[in-house]
Amino acid sequence: MNLIFSWLIALIATLGSLFFSDVMGFIPCSLCWYQRIAMYPLVLILGLAAWKNRNDVTLYALPLSIIGWLLALYHLGVQYEIIPESASPCVQGIPCSSMYINWLGFITIPFLSFTAFSFIIILLWKSHHEKH
Amino acid sequence: MKNTKTIILASVALLLAIFLGAAVWYKKSEATKYASEVIEQQDRLVRPHAASTGPADAKVTLVEFLDPECESCRAFFPFVKQLLNKYPNDLRLVVRYAPFHPNAKTAIKIMEAARKQDKYWETMAVLFYYQPSWGDHHNPQPELMWNYLPEAGVDVEKIRADFDDPKIDELIAIDVEDLKALGVKATPTFFVNGQPLEKFGYEHLEAAIEAALK
Repeated sequence: MNLIFSWLIALIATLGSLFFSDVMGFIPCSLCWYQRIAMYPLVLILGLAAWKNRNDVTLYALPLSIIGWLLALYHLGVQYEIIPESASPCVQGIPCSSMYINWLGFITIPFLSFTAFSFIIILLWKSHHEKH
Repeated sequence: MKNTKTIILASVALLLAIFLGAAVWYKKSEATKYASEVIEQQDRLVRPHAASTGPADAKVTLVEFLDPECESCRAFFPFVKQLLNKYPNDLRLVVRYAPFHPNAKTAIKIMEAARKQDKYWETMAVLFYYQPSWGDHHNPQPELMWNYLPEAGVDVEKIRADFDDPKIDELIAIDVEDLKALGVKATPTFFVNGQPLEKFGYEHLEAAIEAALK
């Protein structure tokens, strides 16, 4: 079940990000794109692993999730101005510090990304230890 | 095992259905919201300074926000002209500017200077016709515009003299202010009798005009 849940989170995150960009018309900044690169393949990798009930997928999915999680953490730092904007890699186009949404004062898109990656990592970890 | 597969398939079906349903609902509610926002700002659509053609008391007023350097505007130009010819007594076109491209302002200033010589539409036609050469996105050459102006039958020297008229800059500034207030983000953007098009496209524009004529 841990695998299915991790896959569901990746799927919801993917559809959610597509909803923001393609339905609501928010243009993704470059840090958002890097997180998408880490998140989108997880839908297929975790989905196929859940289908085949293969817990060894952690080996392949965990590095992607950790990369995505680190990017989301960095992005949060930029948004909360802990990391200065000048140090952010995206100076042209959409600045990564811009907030398209801000629900309840703290739920921003990178926050959602960070939460999703965190849960995926925890669930992958649990599924890995389930086996042994 | 079998249970897992059912959960996966059901989840995919459910989430995709939610996604599509939410997308349709969102687009619809945004369109309704936008239409009512435009209704509140009708005075921003037709300004007395804007160039227009067709009878002032026409049944249908078509407002087009255009950019002389935009390829789609060029593609729509013959189509709009065709519509004007089709409904000579019932359709009026009001041109507003959305100078989104880098050399749009140069072209607009030339067109407005030509308006003083009553050669506005001829100049617009010539600039649109030669747009691929002066407005090529990889190698724009705005200075080429001047070479084509004689074809519009204008006094080029007079255009040069009127080109820097501050009134033209003021007019462009008002148009930019209006387009921002009206949420115009792409060119061409059409309003038929004060209503935005539900969908972009030749057939949708024609359908909206025909509906307004009834």
